Amino acid sequence: MSYDKRLDGRDFDELREMDASVGVIPRADGSAFFRMGGTSAYAAVYGPRQTHPRFLQDPAKGVLRCHYAMMPFSGAGDRVRPGPSRRAKEISMVTTNALLPVIDLHAFPNAIVDVFISLPQTDAGSRCAGICAAALALADAGVPMNDMIGAVAVGRVDDKIVMDLCYDEEAYKDGPVADIPVAMNHRTKGITLLQMDGEISKDMLMKALEKVKKAMDKIHEKQVNALKDKFKEAKAEEKPEKK
Amino acid sequence: MMVNDAGRNHFLKVLNEGVRYDKRKMDEYRDLKITRGCAKTAEGSAEVKLGETHVIAGVKFGLESPFPDTPDEGILMVNVEQSPVASPEFEVGPPSIEAIELARVVDRGLRESKLVDLKELCVKEGEKAWFISIDIVTVNDDGNLLDACGLAALAALQDAKFPKVVDGEVDYHEKTKKGLELKKIPIPVTVYKYEDHLLIDPTHDEEVVADARLTVTTLSSGEICALQKGGKSPITTEEVEKMVELSLKKGEELRKVLEKGK
Amino acid sequence: MSEIKVKDKDIVVPGEELADGMDFIPSGAAFRENEKIYANRIGLAQIEGRVIKIIPLAGKYNPERNDMVIGKVVDILMSGWRVDLLSPYDAVLNIRDAFDRYIRKGEDLTKYLQIGDWLTAKITNVTSQKLVDLTTKGHNLGKLQPGRIMKISPFKVPRVIGKKGSMMKMIQSATGCKITVGQNGVIWISGQPEKEILGYETIKKIDEEAHTSGLTERIKQMLEKETGKKLEEKGDQR
Repeated sequence: MSYDKRLDGRDFDELREMDASVGVIPRADGSAFFRMGGTSAYAAVYGPRQTHPRFLQDPAKGVLRCHYAMMPFSGAGDRVRPGPSRRAKEISMVTTNALLPVIDLHAFPNAIVDVFISLPQTDAGSRCAGICAAALALADAGVPMNDMIGAVAVGRVDDKIVMDLCYDEEAYKDGPVADIPVAMNHRTKGITLLQMDGEISKDMLMKALEKVKKAMDKIHEKQVNALKDKFKEAKAEEKPEKK
Repeated sequence: MMVNDAGRNHFLKVLNEGVRYDKRKMDEYRDLKITRGCAKTAEGSAEVKLGETHVIAGVKFGLESPFPDTPDEGILMVNVEQSPVASPEFEVGPPSIEAIELARVVDRGLRESKLVDLKELCVKEGEKAWFISIDIVTVNDDGNLLDACGLAALAALQDAKFPKVVDGEVDYHEKTKKGLELKKIPIPVTVYKYEDHLLIDPTHDEEVVADARLTVTTLSSGEICALQKGGKSPITTEEVEKMVELSLKKGEELRKVLEKGK
Repeated sequence: MSEIKVKDKDIVVPGEELADGMDFIPSGAAFRENEKIYANRIGLAQIEGRVIKIIPLAGKYNPERNDMVIGKVVDILMSGWRVDLLSPYDAVLNIRDAFDRYIRKGEDLTKYLQIGDWLTAKITNVTSQKLVDLTTKGHNLGKLQPGRIMKISPFKVPRVIGKKGSMMKMIQSATGCKITVGQNGVIWISGQPEKEILGYETIKKIDEEAHTSGLTERIKQMLEKETGKKLEEKGDQR
């Protein structure tokens, strides 16, 4: 058997349609919305702020803490019980670790930066959409960071390497599947998140990781436009008033 | 709040001259936007934006055994999550007392108005009935979550479609064309009291300095189906009368917006 | 060959390459990595000769010595007051730095400053671990009278003040409001209710559009339209 045509008709390297915007949650210090196909994520940044509980304080630099949560109606099947599950806790941790390499909180000892991620709907790739939104929200909050982070799931369905799997592909029954969420920094394409479940050969894995780099550039472009658009809008507004 | 709050004192001074910080009239809602179908994974969903206050409600259907004391009825449940995304004051963890109050006030409005006939949700008496959960999650709290959550729950219920059932199991991949038959539309309007002033739809800054509030949930018939008094100060019966009148009037306006977007 | 990749007043994002080569010098929220210069914050590029400076467009206030700030009393301590600066770090105002008169140890400190009071203060010291000391001794420092408190980005404070205070003078003369601007982005404003709201909205507009050109002129037009009177002040034409 061969996986000749993707279930949703995309090219094998093609990402789903993306939407990105920043400043969507005015109460937060920085915020973003990021959508990849049927997966949407809000991210809000609060901080740097005082650290509670105090034992989390680091006197050398500020602490980054991410929280991932699915809204109860955001799963493909039954209602998701509110409150942190083991899955949500692990994703929160790997999300923090995916973002940490580009964040510089030396100017904020003993303080904490909280990033809250909340997903209204999911169709696979939810941790990746969450990371894309979180990186945008951190940038929007003016948190010092030496680069942007993007994330996408690459994988294999049967004999093909496919980019940005949707739920139906993850659940493909007629051949082996592997799902590999990857996060990378933009400039050097260093891997800051790498997980996998399914089965894949070393060869195929390496090819898949190579392909991710190109996809990351597209995600990065979307992120940069979202950040710059926030400030363009104000500029566009001024024109009619000007003589 | 605090014993001495300079911010509150100044806010009241300005209010005494008949002016609100954002120039709105005392009984004026902010822009209300309702968008349905924002969460494709839910059987029904709606996003409500009231000025900068933003909440999302989603409805999930499940098939369960009915409660033993009501074997011929389905179940309707409301839950509100004060997601820490929405405010620096909200925290991760079990629901706060404020979130529980929000959920209970919305729930009471829906339940007491009997907007859904729970008997119609029964599939097989004593064995299977529809279990409908309405979850409301905050995205940005700029005050008056009570009214925003109530409206979001109603809009999401209007949007909801039963999922397909295959061999007695729910197939969440497919929705039927059948929606819920909503008998009534219970609209909550919360009136806030500041000394001698009554105002509605406060921003967060206004809300935190209020003396008291009363949520009045009303039906198009003019009947009241739920009440909730909040805040630290008492309110007089004369004030209750004014608050109910205001809620009835504003409730009609909101009802129109809600019906228009259906 | 050194090459510059951005133009003056460009909006830049974290990690964006600003220049390639050793002829340029990073400043503000810009940093060098090997031969190249990058931005480490969302910001506005300012190019002055060989210096590439990034002015942040967002971020929390980080206390610095000698800054004039506005804060709120949140607690009363054994020998002073704890003050919230709307920053990651609270500050302490010690009784000996608060008033010229002598306050006995153990005296009821709420007689002087109560929880919930707002005050203007100068930062006298910030330690490496961000313990912050304040003083309210000095011209225009101390407890603020009732007024509306607003918060803007600390990085936009220079725009709200304007060159030699020109923007502030313009707003004050148009609205008749008394306004105090703290370097932590906290602003106190007091005046006749409608005018106070106009002052508030004007400052909000500057906060939102601080990165745009022709801002002073637009603010002037806005104030003239709202008040119906001509303004004489010439703002800076940045």
